[in-house]
Amino acid sequence: MKKRKIIVDGIFANNAAFMLFLGMCPSLATTNSFMSALGMGIAVLATLILTNVAISALRRFVPNEIRIPVLIVIIATTVTIIEMLMQAYMFDLSQTLGVYLSLIVVNCIILGRAEAFAMKNTVLDSFLDAVGTGIGFLLGLLALAFAREFLGTGGIAFSSLLTGQHIWSFQLIPDGYTITLFQESSGAFIMFGLIVALINAVVAKINDNKKKKAAAARAAKLATEGGK
Amino acid sequence: MQFILMGIGAILINNIILTRFLGICPLLGVSKSNSSAIGMSLAVIFVVTMSAILSYSLYMYVLVPLKIEYLRLVSFILIIASFVQFVEMFLKRFIPALYKSLGIYLPLITTNCVVLAVSLDVVATNGGVPVYNFLNMVGYAFFSGVGYAVILIVFSFIQERLINNKNMPKSFHGSGIALITIGLLVMAFLGFSGMI
Repeated sequence: MKKRKIIVDGIFANNAAFMLFLGMCPSLATTNSFMSALGMGIAVLATLILTNVAISALRRFVPNEIRIPVLIVIIATTVTIIEMLMQAYMFDLSQTLGVYLSLIVVNCIILGRAEAFAMKNTVLDSFLDAVGTGIGFLLGLLALAFAREFLGTGGIAFSSLLTGQHIWSFQLIPDGYTITLFQESSGAFIMFGLIVALINAVVAKINDNKKKKAAAARAAKLATEGGK
Repeated sequence: MQFILMGIGAILINNIILTRFLGICPLLGVSKSNSSAIGMSLAVIFVVTMSAILSYSLYMYVLVPLKIEYLRLVSFILIIASFVQFVEMFLKRFIPALYKSLGIYLPLITTNCVVLAVSLDVVATNGGVPVYNFLNMVGYAFFSGVGYAVILIVFSFIQERLINNKNMPKSFHGSGIALITIGLLVMAFLGFSGMI
Protein backbone atom coordinates (compact mmCIF):
# COMPACT_ATOMS: atom_id res chain seq x y z
CA MET A 1 0.00 0.00 0.00
CA LYS A 2 1.22 3.51 -0.73
CA LYS A 3 2.55 5.34 2.33
CA ARG A 4 0.82 8.60 1.47
CA LYS A 5 -2.52 6.94 0.90
CA ILE A 6 -2.40 5.40 4.40
CA ILE A 7 -2.11 8.83 6.01
CA VAL A 8 -4.53 10.68 3.75
CA ASP A 9 -7.20 7.98 4.05
CA GLY A 10 -6.99 8.18 7.83
CA ILE A 11 -7.53 11.93 7.76
CA PHE A 12 -10.32 12.23 5.19
CA ALA A 13 -11.98 9.14 3.71
CA ASN A 14 -11.93 7.18 6.98
CA ASN A 15 -12.13 10.12 9.36
CA ALA A 16 -12.79 8.52 12.74
CA ALA A 17 -15.02 11.24 14.14
CA PHE A 18 -17.29 12.13 11.24
CA MET A 19 -17.15 9.23 8.80
CA LEU A 20 -16.95 6.19 11.06
CA PHE A 21 -18.52 7.65 14.23
CA LEU A 22 -15.88 6.14 16.47
CA GLY A 23 -14.87 7.67 19.76
CA MET A 24 -18.00 9.73 20.14
CA CYS A 25 -17.87 10.13 23.94
CA PRO A 26 -14.69 12.23 23.97
CA SER A 27 -15.65 14.11 20.84
CA LEU A 28 -18.84 15.33 22.50
CA ALA A 29 -17.61 15.69 26.06
CA THR A 30 -14.33 17.52 25.59
CA THR A 31 -15.21 19.91 22.79
CA ASN A 32 -16.81 22.72 24.78
CA SER A 33 -13.49 24.54 24.61
CA PHE A 34 -10.90 24.61 21.87
CA MET A 35 -7.96 23.96 24.19
CA SER A 36 -9.43 20.92 25.93
CA ALA A 37 -10.29 19.45 22.52
CA LEU A 38 -6.68 20.03 21.45
CA GLY A 39 -5.44 18.30 24.61
CA MET A 40 -7.77 15.35 24.11
CA GLY A 41 -6.83 15.04 20.44
CA ILE A 42 -3.14 15.02 21.28
CA ALA A 43 -3.67 12.42 24.03
CA VAL A 44 -5.53 10.15 21.59
CA LEU A 45 -2.91 10.72 18.88
CA ALA A 46 -0.09 9.79 21.27
CA THR A 47 -1.90 6.70 22.55
CA LEU A 48 -2.71 5.62 19.01
CA ILE A 49 0.90 5.94 17.83
CA LEU A 50 2.33 4.11 20.84
CA THR A 51 -0.19 1.25 20.79
CA ASN A 52 -0.12 0.80 17.02
CA VAL A 53 3.67 0.61 16.95
CA ALA A 54 3.88 -1.69 19.99
CA ILE A 55 1.17 -4.04 18.73
CA SER A 56 2.58 -4.15 15.22
CA ALA A 57 6.02 -5.00 16.61
CA LEU A 58 4.58 -7.77 18.79
CA ARG A 59 2.11 -9.14 16.25
CA ARG A 60 4.08 -12.32 15.49
CA PHE A 61 4.28 -13.29 19.18
CA VAL A 62 0.61 -12.88 20.04
CA PRO A 63 -1.43 -16.09 19.71
CA ASN A 64 -4.56 -15.45 17.69
CA GLU A 65 -7.03 -16.83 20.28
CA ILE A 66 -6.07 -14.43 23.04
CA ARG A 67 -5.25 -11.39 20.94
CA ILE A 68 -8.09 -9.20 22.27
CA PRO A 69 -7.04 -9.45 25.96
CA VAL A 70 -3.44 -8.84 24.95
CA LEU A 71 -4.40 -5.78 22.91
CA ILE A 72 -6.52 -4.44 25.76
CA VAL A 73 -3.69 -4.81 28.27
CA ILE A 74 -1.22 -3.05 25.97
CA ILE A 75 -3.71 -0.23 25.40
CA ALA A 76 -4.58 0.12 29.09
CA THR A 77 -0.90 0.27 30.02
CA THR A 78 -0.21 2.95 27.42
CA VAL A 79 -3.18 5.01 28.59
CA THR A 80 -2.04 4.72 32.21
CA ILE A 81 1.40 6.02 31.21
CA ILE A 82 -0.08 8.92 29.27
CA GLU A 83 -2.46 9.74 32.11
CA MET A 84 0.42 9.85 34.61
CA LEU A 85 2.53 12.01 32.29
CA MET A 86 -0.34 14.45 31.84
CA GLN A 87 -0.96 14.61 35.59
CA ALA A 88 2.73 15.38 36.08
CA TYR A 89 3.28 17.92 33.32
CA MET A 90 -0.18 19.22 32.32
CA PHE A 91 -2.08 19.11 35.59
CA ASP A 92 -4.84 21.60 34.72
CA LEU A 93 -5.57 19.89 31.43
CA SER A 94 -5.72 16.46 33.06
CA GLN A 95 -8.24 17.85 35.57
CA THR A 96 -10.39 19.32 32.78
CA LEU A 97 -10.40 16.08 30.81
CA GLY A 98 -11.03 14.04 33.97
CA VAL A 99 -12.47 10.58 33.48
CA TYR A 100 -12.47 10.93 29.68
CA LEU A 101 -8.70 10.61 29.75
CA SER A 102 -9.00 7.13 31.35
CA LEU A 103 -11.80 6.26 28.96
CA ILE A 104 -9.38 6.39 26.02
CA VAL A 105 -8.89 2.70 26.92
CA VAL A 106 -12.34 1.83 25.60
CA ASN A 107 -12.18 4.28 22.71
CA CYS A 108 -13.16 2.17 19.69
CA ILE A 109 -10.64 4.00 17.47
CA ILE A 110 -7.65 2.58 19.34
CA LEU A 111 -8.82 -1.03 19.53
CA GLY A 112 -10.25 -0.77 16.02
CA ARG A 113 -6.97 0.35 14.44
CA ALA A 114 -4.99 -2.18 16.49
CA GLU A 115 -7.21 -5.06 15.39
CA ALA A 116 -7.82 -3.97 11.79
CA PHE A 117 -4.43 -2.54 10.86
CA ALA A 118 -1.56 -3.02 13.31
CA MET A 119 -2.09 -6.78 13.63
CA LYS A 120 -1.61 -7.23 9.88
CA ASN A 121 0.95 -4.63 8.80
CA THR A 122 4.56 -3.62 9.30
CA VAL A 123 5.70 -1.27 12.04
CA LEU A 124 6.27 1.65 9.69
CA ASP A 125 2.87 1.30 8.01
CA SER A 126 1.17 1.02 11.40
CA PHE A 127 2.94 4.17 12.56
CA LEU A 128 1.76 6.07 9.49
CA ASP A 129 -1.77 4.74 9.93
CA ALA A 130 -1.77 5.88 13.56
CA VAL A 131 -0.55 9.34 12.55
CA GLY A 132 -3.22 9.66 9.85
CA THR A 133 -6.09 8.39 11.97
CA GLY A 134 -4.97 10.41 14.99
CA ILE A 135 -4.66 13.63 13.04
CA GLY A 136 -8.03 13.01 11.41
CA PHE A 137 -9.61 12.59 14.85
CA LEU A 138 -7.78 15.65 16.18
CA LEU A 139 -9.03 17.76 13.26
CA GLY A 140 -12.57 16.49 13.83
CA LEU A 141 -12.42 17.44 17.50
CA LEU A 142 -10.98 20.87 16.68
CA ALA A 143 -13.68 21.58 14.08
CA LEU A 144 -16.42 20.70 16.54
CA ALA A 145 -14.78 22.61 19.40
CA PHE A 146 -14.18 25.66 17.23
CA ALA A 147 -17.83 25.82 16.20
CA ARG A 148 -19.06 25.26 19.75
CA GLU A 149 -16.77 27.73 21.47
CA PHE A 150 -17.10 30.37 18.77
CA LEU A 151 -20.89 30.32 18.72
CA GLY A 152 -21.21 29.68 22.45
CA THR A 153 -18.89 32.37 23.81
CA GLY A 154 -18.34 34.61 20.78
CA GLY A 155 -14.63 33.98 20.42
CA ILE A 156 -11.79 31.59 21.08
CA ALA A 157 -9.45 31.70 24.08
CA PHE A 158 -6.01 30.18 23.65
CA SER A 159 -4.03 29.08 26.67
CA SER A 160 -0.84 27.16 27.25
CA LEU A 161 -1.35 23.39 27.31
CA LEU A 162 1.47 22.96 29.82
CA THR A 163 0.59 25.55 32.42
CA GLY A 164 -3.00 26.46 31.59
CA GLN A 165 -2.04 30.15 31.46
CA HIS A 166 -4.04 32.41 29.20
CA ILE A 167 -2.08 33.38 26.07
CA TRP A 168 -4.35 35.17 23.64
CA SER A 169 -8.05 35.40 22.90
CA PHE A 170 -10.38 37.20 20.56
CA GLN A 171 -14.08 37.91 20.56
CA LEU A 172 -16.02 38.64 17.38
CA ILE A 173 -19.62 38.17 18.52
CA PRO A 174 -20.79 40.77 21.07
CA ASP A 175 -21.88 39.48 24.47
CA GLY A 176 -25.65 39.65 24.03
CA TYR A 177 -25.63 37.69 20.76
CA THR A 178 -23.85 34.48 21.68
CA ILE A 179 -25.76 31.18 21.67
CA THR A 180 -24.81 29.64 25.02
CA LEU A 181 -26.76 26.49 24.11
CA PHE A 182 -23.73 25.28 22.16
CA GLN A 183 -21.62 25.24 25.32
CA GLU A 184 -24.04 22.85 26.98
CA SER A 185 -24.50 19.13 26.46
CA SER A 186 -27.60 19.42 24.28
CA GLY A 187 -25.76 21.85 22.02
CA ALA A 188 -22.94 19.36 21.62
CA PHE A 189 -25.27 16.79 20.08
CA ILE A 190 -26.99 19.35 17.88
CA MET A 191 -23.72 20.81 16.59
CA PHE A 192 -22.33 17.33 15.89
CA GLY A 193 -25.52 16.49 13.96
CA LEU A 194 -25.27 19.70 11.93
CA ILE A 195 -21.61 19.10 11.05
CA VAL A 196 -22.36 15.50 10.04
CA ALA A 197 -25.15 16.76 7.78
CA LEU A 198 -22.85 19.40 6.28
CA ILE A 199 -20.18 16.79 5.54
CA ASN A 200 -22.80 14.47 4.01
CA ALA A 201 -23.95 17.32 1.77
CA VAL A 202 -20.40 18.14 0.64
CA VAL A 203 -19.57 14.49 -0.03
CA ALA A 204 -22.79 14.05 -2.01
CA LYS A 205 -21.93 17.15 -4.06
CA ILE A 206 -18.42 15.87 -4.82
CA ASN A 207 -19.77 12.48 -5.86
CA ASP A 208 -22.39 14.17 -8.05
CA ASN A 209 -19.74 16.24 -9.80
CA LYS A 210 -17.60 13.16 -10.37
CA LYS A 211 -20.57 11.33 -11.88
CA LYS A 212 -21.42 14.28 -14.09
CA LYS A 213 -17.84 14.56 -15.29
CA ALA A 214 -17.72 10.85 -16.01
CA ALA A 215 -21.03 11.06 -17.88
CA ALA A 216 -19.84 14.08 -19.88
CA ALA A 217 -16.60 12.31 -20.75
CA ARG A 218 -18.55 9.25 -21.87
CA ALA A 219 -20.92 11.39 -23.96
CA ALA A 220 -17.99 13.21 -25.60
CA LYS A 221 -16.31 9.90 -26.37
CA LEU A 222 -19.51 8.53 -27.89
CA ALA A 223 -19.93 11.69 -29.99
CA THR A 224 -16.40 11.48 -31.41
CA GLU A 225 -16.78 7.79 -32.10
CA GLY A 226 -20.15 8.43 -33.71
CA GLY A 227 -18.57 11.14 -35.88
CA LYS A 228 -16.12 8.66 -37.29
CA MET B 1 -35.83 6.73 50.80
CA GLN B 2 -32.17 7.39 50.09
CA PHE B 3 -32.19 4.75 47.39
CA ILE B 4 -35.30 6.19 45.73
CA LEU B 5 -33.66 9.60 45.58
CA MET B 6 -30.48 8.03 44.23
CA GLY B 7 -32.50 6.25 41.55
CA ILE B 8 -34.33 9.38 40.48
CA GLY B 9 -31.04 11.24 40.44
CA ALA B 10 -29.22 8.69 38.31
CA ILE B 11 -32.09 8.07 35.89
CA LEU B 12 -33.66 11.46 35.32
CA ILE B 13 -31.24 14.16 36.45
CA ASN B 14 -27.66 12.98 36.05
CA ASN B 15 -28.38 10.49 33.32
CA ILE B 16 -25.15 8.92 32.23
CA ILE B 17 -25.83 9.28 28.49
CA LEU B 18 -27.44 12.66 28.45
CA THR B 19 -25.19 14.60 30.78
CA ARG B 20 -21.91 12.71 30.47
CA PHE B 21 -22.05 11.50 26.84
CA LEU B 22 -21.11 7.93 27.72
CA GLY B 23 -22.12 5.01 25.53
CA ILE B 24 -23.24 6.95 22.48
CA CYS B 25 -21.94 4.46 19.90
CA PRO B 26 -24.37 1.66 20.92
CA LEU B 27 -27.10 4.25 21.27
CA LEU B 28 -26.79 5.07 17.57
CA GLY B 29 -26.03 1.55 16.43
CA VAL B 30 -28.33 -0.69 18.41
CA SER B 31 -31.37 1.48 18.78
CA LYS B 32 -32.66 0.85 15.27
CA SER B 33 -35.02 -1.84 16.56
CA ASN B 34 -36.87 -2.11 19.87
CA SER B 35 -36.09 -5.73 20.60
CA SER B 36 -32.34 -5.32 20.28
CA ALA B 37 -32.49 -2.14 22.36
CA ILE B 38 -34.22 -4.07 25.14
CA GLY B 39 -31.72 -6.94 24.93
CA MET B 40 -28.80 -4.52 25.05
CA SER B 41 -30.32 -2.66 28.02
CA LEU B 42 -30.71 -5.82 30.09
CA ALA B 43 -27.16 -6.88 29.30
CA VAL B 44 -25.80 -3.43 30.23
CA ILE B 45 -27.68 -3.25 33.56
CA PHE B 46 -26.38 -6.68 34.56
CA VAL B 47 -22.79 -6.16 33.45
CA VAL B 48 -22.51 -2.64 34.88
CA THR B 49 -23.74 -3.72 38.32
CA MET B 50 -21.65 -6.87 38.52
CA SER B 51 -18.43 -5.36 37.18
CA ALA B 52 -18.79 -2.37 39.53
CA ILE B 53 -19.05 -4.79 42.46
CA LEU B 54 -16.02 -6.76 41.25
CA SER B 55 -13.88 -3.69 40.53
CA TYR B 56 -14.84 -2.05 43.83
CA SER B 57 -13.89 -5.17 45.80
CA LEU B 58 -10.64 -5.60 43.90
CA TYR B 59 -9.68 -1.95 44.38
CA MET B 60 -10.56 -1.72 48.07
CA TYR B 61 -9.28 -5.11 49.20
CA VAL B 62 -6.34 -5.77 46.87
CA LEU B 63 -5.01 -2.66 45.13
CA VAL B 64 -5.23 -0.24 48.07
CA PRO B 65 -3.63 -2.54 50.70
CA LEU B 66 -0.82 -3.37 48.27
CA LYS B 67 -0.45 0.33 47.33
CA ILE B 68 -0.71 -0.34 43.59
CA GLU B 69 -3.68 1.94 42.85
CA TYR B 70 -2.08 3.04 39.58
CA LEU B 71 -2.87 -0.37 38.12
CA ARG B 72 -6.60 0.27 38.38
CA LEU B 73 -7.16 0.96 34.68
CA VAL B 74 -5.43 -2.22 33.56
CA SER B 75 -7.05 -4.40 36.21
CA PHE B 76 -10.57 -2.98 35.72
CA ILE B 77 -10.56 -3.46 31.96
CA LEU B 78 -9.31 -7.02 32.42
CA ILE B 79 -12.05 -7.71 34.98
CA ILE B 80 -14.69 -6.33 32.65
CA ALA B 81 -13.42 -8.22 29.61
CA SER B 82 -13.13 -11.53 31.42
CA PHE B 83 -16.43 -11.07 33.25
CA VAL B 84 -18.24 -10.44 29.97
CA GLN B 85 -16.58 -13.51 28.49
CA PHE B 86 -17.60 -15.56 31.53
CA VAL B 87 -21.23 -14.40 31.38
CA GLU B 88 -21.31 -15.27 27.70
CA MET B 89 -20.08 -18.82 28.32
CA PHE B 90 -22.39 -19.26 31.32
CA LEU B 91 -25.48 -18.15 29.39
CA LYS B 92 -24.56 -20.25 26.39
CA ARG B 93 -24.33 -23.34 28.59
CA PHE B 94 -27.24 -22.84 31.02
CA ILE B 95 -29.74 -20.31 29.59
CA PRO B 96 -29.50 -20.66 25.80
CA ALA B 97 -32.74 -18.73 25.23
CA LEU B 98 -31.39 -15.60 26.92
CA TYR B 99 -28.05 -16.08 25.19
CA LYS B 100 -29.77 -16.07 21.82
CA SER B 101 -31.78 -12.94 22.57
CA LEU B 102 -28.72 -11.02 23.81
CA GLY B 103 -26.70 -12.37 20.90
CA ILE B 104 -23.87 -10.16 19.73
CA TYR B 105 -24.57 -7.42 22.29
CA LEU B 106 -22.74 -9.15 25.10
CA PRO B 107 -19.22 -9.02 23.60
CA LEU B 108 -19.86 -5.43 22.48
CA ILE B 109 -20.35 -4.35 26.08
CA THR B 110 -16.64 -4.69 26.83
CA THR B 111 -15.97 -1.55 24.83
CA ASN B 112 -19.01 0.30 26.13
CA CYS B 113 -17.65 3.30 28.02
CA VAL B 114 -20.51 3.16 30.54
CA VAL B 115 -19.12 0.04 32.19
CA LEU B 116 -15.58 1.31 32.67
CA ALA B 117 -16.78 4.80 33.64
CA VAL B 118 -19.06 3.46 36.39
CA SER B 119 -16.28 1.20 37.67
CA LEU B 120 -13.95 4.20 37.85
CA ASP B 121 -16.68 6.33 39.48
CA VAL B 122 -17.35 3.98 42.34
CA VAL B 123 -13.73 3.94 43.55
CA ALA B 124 -13.51 7.74 43.52
CA THR B 125 -12.08 9.23 46.70
CA ASN B 126 -12.72 12.62 48.21
CA GLY B 127 -9.71 13.74 50.23
CA GLY B 128 -8.51 10.18 50.72
CA VAL B 129 -11.90 8.90 51.90
CA PRO B 130 -13.94 6.68 49.53
CA VAL B 131 -17.13 8.43 48.34
CA TYR B 132 -19.25 5.27 48.19
CA ASN B 133 -19.67 2.52 50.74
CA PHE B 134 -20.52 -0.94 49.44
CA LEU B 135 -24.33 -0.61 49.50
CA ASN B 136 -24.36 2.88 47.96
CA MET B 137 -21.97 1.69 45.31
CA VAL B 138 -24.25 -1.17 44.27
CA GLY B 139 -27.20 1.24 44.14
CA TYR B 140 -25.30 3.81 42.10
CA ALA B 141 -24.08 1.23 39.58
CA PHE B 142 -27.51 -0.39 39.21
CA PHE B 143 -29.36 2.90 38.73
CA SER B 144 -26.76 4.19 36.26
CA GLY B 145 -27.41 1.06 34.21
CA VAL B 146 -31.16 1.60 34.46
CA GLY B 147 -30.72 5.22 33.40
CA TYR B 148 -28.81 4.05 30.34
CA ALA B 149 -31.48 1.45 29.58
CA VAL B 150 -34.32 4.00 29.81
CA ILE B 151 -32.72 6.32 27.27
CA LEU B 152 -31.77 3.45 24.95
CA ILE B 153 -35.34 2.16 24.87
CA VAL B 154 -36.99 5.60 24.60
CA PHE B 155 -34.64 6.54 21.80
CA SER B 156 -35.21 3.28 19.92
CA PHE B 157 -38.93 4.14 19.66
CA ILE B 158 -38.10 7.61 18.31
CA GLN B 159 -35.49 6.16 15.96
CA GLU B 160 -38.05 3.82 14.38
CA ARG B 161 -40.11 6.83 13.31
CA LEU B 162 -37.08 8.81 12.17
CA ILE B 163 -35.97 6.06 9.80
CA ASN B 164 -39.36 6.00 8.09
CA ASN B 165 -39.64 9.77 7.87
CA LYS B 166 -38.97 11.02 4.36
CA ASN B 167 -39.69 14.71 5.02
CA MET B 168 -36.19 15.88 5.73
CA PRO B 169 -33.17 16.98 3.71
CA LYS B 170 -31.20 14.07 2.34
CA SER B 171 -27.97 14.95 4.11
CA PHE B 172 -29.64 14.71 7.53
CA HIS B 173 -30.70 11.09 7.01
CA GLY B 174 -29.16 8.60 9.42
CA SER B 175 -26.77 9.83 12.07
CA GLY B 176 -27.27 13.57 11.52
CA ILE B 177 -30.91 13.68 12.53
CA ALA B 178 -30.36 11.04 15.23
CA LEU B 179 -27.76 13.23 16.94
CA ILE B 180 -29.97 16.30 16.76
CA THR B 181 -32.85 14.29 18.22
CA ILE B 182 -30.65 13.22 21.14
CA GLY B 183 -29.83 16.90 21.62
CA LEU B 184 -33.54 17.69 21.92
CA LEU B 185 -33.97 14.74 24.31
CA VAL B 186 -31.22 16.21 26.51
CA MET B 187 -33.07 19.53 26.55
CA ALA B 188 -36.29 17.78 27.55
CA PHE B 189 -34.51 15.98 30.39
CA LEU B 190 -33.01 19.30 31.56
CA GLY B 191 -36.52 20.00 32.83
CA PHE B 192 -35.93 17.49 35.63
CA SER B 193 -32.85 19.29 36.96
CA GLY B 194 -33.34 20.82 40.38
CA MET B 195 -35.99 18.25 41.25
CA ILE B 196 -34.04 16.88 44.22
